[in-house]
Amino acid sequence: MKSKWIGSVASGMLALCAASVQAQQTVNMPIVIELSGAGAVSGTNFRDGALLAIDEVNAKGGILGRRIVSPVTDTQSNPGISRAQVQKAIDSDPYVILGPVFSGSVKVNMVLAQQAEIPQFTGAEAADITQMGNDYIFRTSFGQQVSMPKMANFIRDGIRARSVAFLWVNNDFGKGGRDAFFKEMAARGIKVVADVSTESGQVDFAADVVKLKASNADAVFIYTNEEECARVLREARKQGVKVPLIGETTLIGQKVIDLAGEAANGAKGHVALTADAPIPAVLAFRDKFQKRFNYLPDHNGIKGYTAVYAVKYATEKIGKFDRKLLAKTMHGLTIKPEQEPGILMEATWDAKGDIDRISFLAEVVGGKQKVVQILPKLGK
Amino acid sequence: MLLWQTSQTINFAQGEFVMLPAFFVLAAMKFGGLSFPIALLAGFLLALLVLGLLFKRLVVDPMLRHGVLPLVISTLALAIFMKESVKEFYAAEAQAFPTLWATTDLTIGTAAVSAQSLVIIAVAVAAVALLQYFLGATRTGRQMQATAQNPALARVLGIPVERMILYTFLINAALVALASFLISPIYLAKFTNGETLGLVAFVAAIVGGFNQVRGAIVGGLLVGVIDNFVAAYWSSQYRGAIPLFLLIAVILFRPQGLLGRAEERTV
Repeated sequence: MKSKWIGSVASGMLALCAASVQAQQTVNMPIVIELSGAGAVSGTNFRDGALLAIDEVNAKGGILGRRIVSPVTDTQSNPGISRAQVQKAIDSDPYVILGPVFSGSVKVNMVLAQQAEIPQFTGAEAADITQMGNDYIFRTSFGQQVSMPKMANFIRDGIRARSVAFLWVNNDFGKGGRDAFFKEMAARGIKVVADVSTESGQVDFAADVVKLKASNADAVFIYTNEEECARVLREARKQGVKVPLIGETTLIGQKVIDLAGEAANGAKGHVALTADAPIPAVLAFRDKFQKRFNYLPDHNGIKGYTAVYAVKYATEKIGKFDRKLLAKTMHGLTIKPEQEPGILMEATWDAKGDIDRISFLAEVVGGKQKVVQILPKLGK
Repeated sequence: MLLWQTSQTINFAQGEFVMLPAFFVLAAMKFGGLSFPIALLAGFLLALLVLGLLFKRLVVDPMLRHGVLPLVISTLALAIFMKESVKEFYAAEAQAFPTLWATTDLTIGTAAVSAQSLVIIAVAVAAVALLQYFLGATRTGRQMQATAQNPALARVLGIPVERMILYTFLINAALVALASFLISPIYLAKFTNGETLGLVAFVAAIVGGFNQVRGAIVGGLLVGVIDNFVAAYWSSQYRGAIPLFLLIAVILFRPQGLLGRAEERTV
């Protein structure tokens, strides 16, 4: 009886030791992301970009000798579910959390990560996310307060439009974009002659495109999520809209082009990130991504990919796994490709967690995104 | 509605029935390597088999003998099963669906009319006309109507009632496949498409009259036109609510629907 008891204790201790050794050899970076619902396109790209980077990092020995483990959970593009998934991720004692992409989800779950003092790398773009005093939130792409002024300059100088019709998605991403867009248009004296609100996940855009056409605007600005963008482009093509269709990264990403088909041709705009950027590192990433996942990545793929490398670089810079120190280090950090090739393009995070890097003006030509101009970092 | 008339089947998976055939076609192209026209045919036949024959044999026949309510709940479960299966085994993301025709415009005066819209209208009108002709002018169609009106008497008269009911399910499957192939190039194929389509179809059938084919057509047109007019000229935020107001009004003031006839049932 006694020997049985000793045996049980010994095997328990062995199991504990094994678990402890395993925990020491790995670093937990859960991905909480939209894999279904309206954000599935964005989330799937972000996840795959992150997984590609994680496999590369692990193949080279991990971060400070530890392998990255990265459980993936689906927010279903639902803020409530995303909050529960982030809580579940926090319970697993993560080093950082990657995702989500939808602004509405990030707004309700980032407080949990902040309270647990866990750095969170998000693909969300709503302007106010980094304005709430959260020291643990970091963007992987421009916020709207950065992208909209660049977009507005393009409408004024590139399109030379005096009036514009605006179609937007009625969620946190769309509302934030609408506020920033109206502000920038007013500052440049460009009249917004139609303000068309649409729903996330909407499938029928016939009436909305009728409104856009009836406005007789010089250009139409489309600001919805990817799948809705593709449907709007198809409907606009169906109704014979002739004025320039312009938008942000969500309009002329490769996935939207694939979904919209020839209806995407001629669409143009400002993109913060693009896998078609004429930069060798980005093009190499695109090829690796396509080879691994059998589809072309969009900007969200780059967000996920660079997020992992940003964590790797900053962690190796501080030399230990310290979440608070990582967050502190990220503020004001600039990572150059020569320091960390996985970052693809030089990137700087400011005191609020906003990112700054070069961006692009692009147009869809023959079913492909063509970059026509590179815009410098704001800080340069 | 056809199903209700012949077999008292209320199908809450009807929206998912419209969603699924597009994925049959995409799967035939992706995994079977078939060209689009052949995949379209394969998708159509698969829809007849799965949404017609198997739906009747595996879901309706076993459940209907327990009453309408268990069947209704079964179709709700079936809707979830179909949706989640497509999400799990094909994709959670929207998929591009090839167009059946070139997306060119016809200019009539100052109006630009899409050839795509004209083809959809033409195919829809042709399908309805063909269905009406089949039901009203052919022997099988009349037998199906007799089955719908009084199955017991139809059986006495020598009409193969079970076969007539099966035909109804096959016609329903053919119509949803057609609808799927027509709308998927515009809406894109996505596992959630059935949610919107099913609700709209159900509202349209009740508004028009659940026991009349022409009622469903009028109901569909009315709901579609009101929905788009509200979105274009009033408020796109309230577009989803207006058909539901219409539904409430019809249930309160004309429960048999605009063109439906009142039915009496022994309870």
